[in-house]
Amino acid sequence: MNYKMMGRFMGRILLVEAAFMLPALLIGAYCKEDDAVKGFILGVGVTVLLAVGLLQLCRGAGKGFHAKEGLVCVGLSWIFMSLLGSLPFYFSGEIPRFIDALFETVSGFTTTGASILPEVESLSKSILYWRSFTHWVGGMGVLVFLLAVASTADSKQGFTMHLLRAESPGPNVGKLVPKMKTTARILYMLYIVLTLLDVVFLLLGGMSPFESVCTALGTAGTGGFGVRNDSIASYSPYLQNVCTVFMFLFGVNFTCYYLLILKKFYNVFKDEELRLYFGMVLGSIALIVWNLKGYYSTLGETVRHAAFQVVSVVTTTGFATTDFDLWPNFSKTILLCLMVVGACAGSTGGGFKCIRILLVMKNLRRNVQKVLHPQKVQVVRINGQPVAEKILDNTNAYLAAYTFIFLFSFILISIDNFSVTTNFSAVMACFNNIGPGLEAVGPTCNFGAYSIFSKIVLIVDMLAGRLEIFPILILFSRSAWKHR
Amino acid sequence: MKIIIAGDGKVGATLVRQLSAEEYDLTLVDVNPNRLDSSSERFDIMAVQGNCASMEVLKEAGGETADLLIAATSADEVNLLCCLTAHGLNPRLHTIARIRNPEYTGQIYKMRQAFALSMTVNPERQAAVEVERLLKYPGFLKRETFAKGRMELVELKVMPGSRLCNVTLNDLDSVVKCQILVCVVVREGKAVTPDGNFVLREGDHIFVTASIENLTKLLKNLGIITHKAKRIIICGGGRVSIYLAKLLQKSGITVQIIEKDRDKCEILAALLPSACIVQGDASDEQVLESEGISTCDALITMTGLDELNMIISLYGSKCKVPQIITKLGRTNSNGILDSLDLGSIISPKELCCNTIVRYVRAVENQSGAALAVHSIADGQAEAAEFVVDESTMHCNEPLKNLRIKANVRVAGILRSQTPELPNGDSYFSKGDTVIIVTSGQVIYQINDIFE
Repeated sequence: MNYKMMGRFMGRILLVEAAFMLPALLIGAYCKEDDAVKGFILGVGVTVLLAVGLLQLCRGAGKGFHAKEGLVCVGLSWIFMSLLGSLPFYFSGEIPRFIDALFETVSGFTTTGASILPEVESLSKSILYWRSFTHWVGGMGVLVFLLAVASTADSKQGFTMHLLRAESPGPNVGKLVPKMKTTARILYMLYIVLTLLDVVFLLLGGMSPFESVCTALGTAGTGGFGVRNDSIASYSPYLQNVCTVFMFLFGVNFTCYYLLILKKFYNVFKDEELRLYFGMVLGSIALIVWNLKGYYSTLGETVRHAAFQVVSVVTTTGFATTDFDLWPNFSKTILLCLMVVGACAGSTGGGFKCIRILLVMKNLRRNVQKVLHPQKVQVVRINGQPVAEKILDNTNAYLAAYTFIFLFSFILISIDNFSVTTNFSAVMACFNNIGPGLEAVGPTCNFGAYSIFSKIVLIVDMLAGRLEIFPILILFSRSAWKHR
Repeated sequence: MKIIIAGDGKVGATLVRQLSAEEYDLTLVDVNPNRLDSSSERFDIMAVQGNCASMEVLKEAGGETADLLIAATSADEVNLLCCLTAHGLNPRLHTIARIRNPEYTGQIYKMRQAFALSMTVNPERQAAVEVERLLKYPGFLKRETFAKGRMELVELKVMPGSRLCNVTLNDLDSVVKCQILVCVVVREGKAVTPDGNFVLREGDHIFVTASIENLTKLLKNLGIITHKAKRIIICGGGRVSIYLAKLLQKSGITVQIIEKDRDKCEILAALLPSACIVQGDASDEQVLESEGISTCDALITMTGLDELNMIISLYGSKCKVPQIITKLGRTNSNGILDSLDLGSIISPKELCCNTIVRYVRAVENQSGAALAVHSIADGQAEAAEFVVDESTMHCNEPLKNLRIKANVRVAGILRSQTPELPNGDSYFSKGDTVIIVTSGQVIYQINDIFE
């Protein structure tokens, strides 16, 4: 295992993270938040020291860097990044226990949005900014960012493909253009443009600049950390609708946006995953609106709340405009199911991903056909193109891994003796990177009551969900660490 | 620049390896999905699966916006059709097709015009030409010509007991009594650019520039026998053998070809009246002995199997054949073959690749591009020929005053037909041809050698 190469890589990631902390530091200094500034100075200092140490220690790395190193590197980088990103929270004193700070940071980077804080309005501005920023950079990916800004010499290495694949969500990650670096740049450009558009629309609705930026960062990463205690509930209907629209947009596969730029409108229109995503959202909204008869005063308000919650949950953002834990059970169950489905692959959303649902269903149908007509040979198609058997196998394996991890986590956190619904929705919310669950971890509550052990289990779940299980799973496997 | 490579075979894979390391946008098209998967895992390229001659596949590969298409599938006809279709899609596209069938060699020029090809490559024919040149000057493992044949870069192995063992480069001139310049030394598979204090050891492969006259002197002073080959044995009757035999027809060398397949032998006998065709298994020592391997001047192993070629060559070196040339079609040399006595190694795919890379560079940098590019030392080093023009910096300054990048050496200066081996006081002026050898980064333009 090429430890030196991995060390160098992680050193670079940490330097990038330190650079990201600087704007927060500046905001703290500007707003005269001394404790927060102290926290960030210490955070930046320790990160830079560690980064420089790694880079120095790991000089003279050999050239061998393959799929295995790529996967392990992604998992380790995210863990280190989270550990160091929690230092500002801890050192500033605003989150006194380290495990809580770590939970909050992991929740930030994995764009979950689950919080251990009982209320957020007393936090300093720089800390609030850092929370939302972790969503933004974790959404599109830190490794992708590194790839986009890396020099040509670095990106020539073969391993970059493995890193990109390991961090990007979806069963079959492809490139937009031949060169990896250009693909990463295009993705980040699209991402930045959409985020800025979101900020503009929020500003137009009268939101303060600071809140617009933080909310947009949280929407872009489909994270869910809000700057107000009641999430998005107290904002005007216009602002809530803007959030709904943009959450939906960030749950779309970014390849579609690239295709739109290339004017291939027909391809986008015909995209099966996009259609499923769209259809599910519309269908769920309709069903919930029907089920919510009488809960809200006007039909418009019902539609607005239904739409917001549906989109928020399916894109795994986790913002809330109302306490949906008070809704009737049918609506709550629909939301719970949408949590599993998740957004489109290639977006910043989490969950199982729509494309995988499509693949599993189509494969199932094929298998049923095979029982009826054993000699028939059928090919599973997505958008008219046949899907390789390898991808179908991987998707089935993913489904199995997903189910096992879910059940295992569910059992582990039940030790704390909260209700079954709470535990179930807690794992759902963390593993699918959504944020709020039901009952004791509902939209008006937080995760602070869980024990340290449960918090660690949930942290692992969040990372596993964001990195699509395997990078985290192989860290537990002995053969990853053994020499080949 | 956007390049499409059609066909992930030997030439295709070598091209991908070399071009993906440089700043080109590569798209690889092939019918076989497994090959594509492994290529796209290892290199930063886009992979498209399908028949490269189909317009739809070419469109998907970006044929409408590409600058260059290289058709290197296993069938000449598919290559031609691919180029034709691509041209129809994008009239400004440069196309290179690989045509290897000997039956088409006569009509290459007409085909180029009819199919609007920018260049055709024939790896087997190039390999045959290379073998013929090696036969002319036995003693060298490899020869690259520059400056229209006036300067050569040759590869020599320092044999045990040779006069070059344990000689410091500063003292080299007095040992070999002629002017040569050592540009690159490959020791245990790694290429180094040596300075004056470098000591040569047994087993080193040295790459030397010298003028043609000095090369003969060099061989004589090193005690390497240089009588021309009179009788050569070729093992394997494939395309390279056919081209080679045809080239040697006029030179008066007796050519014996050993081929296993009866039908092929009959075809060879019909094509090559002056060659002696023997049907037999070249891996059988009896067959080789009966054909007189111990008294022949050169053994050239060119069967379809690299491993067989290596074994026959090893047997040949045991029989003390003066010159051995081995063809390796599939393997990359990797340095482990240095310890085996295989003589000169010919790799048709590398030769073909060099030609194509040179063309790519020329298309990319219209002016100032290298006139000739040769990849040496298993791809670890490169020798390129440039013309000094107005845009070149530091003209007429002595080399010792110039700051040239590490791992780059000025290996030769050609001024009005006179080759010169540069030392500290040499300089180059406008109109000269300069040969640069680099074992580090690629040099695209002559100004890249300066820091």
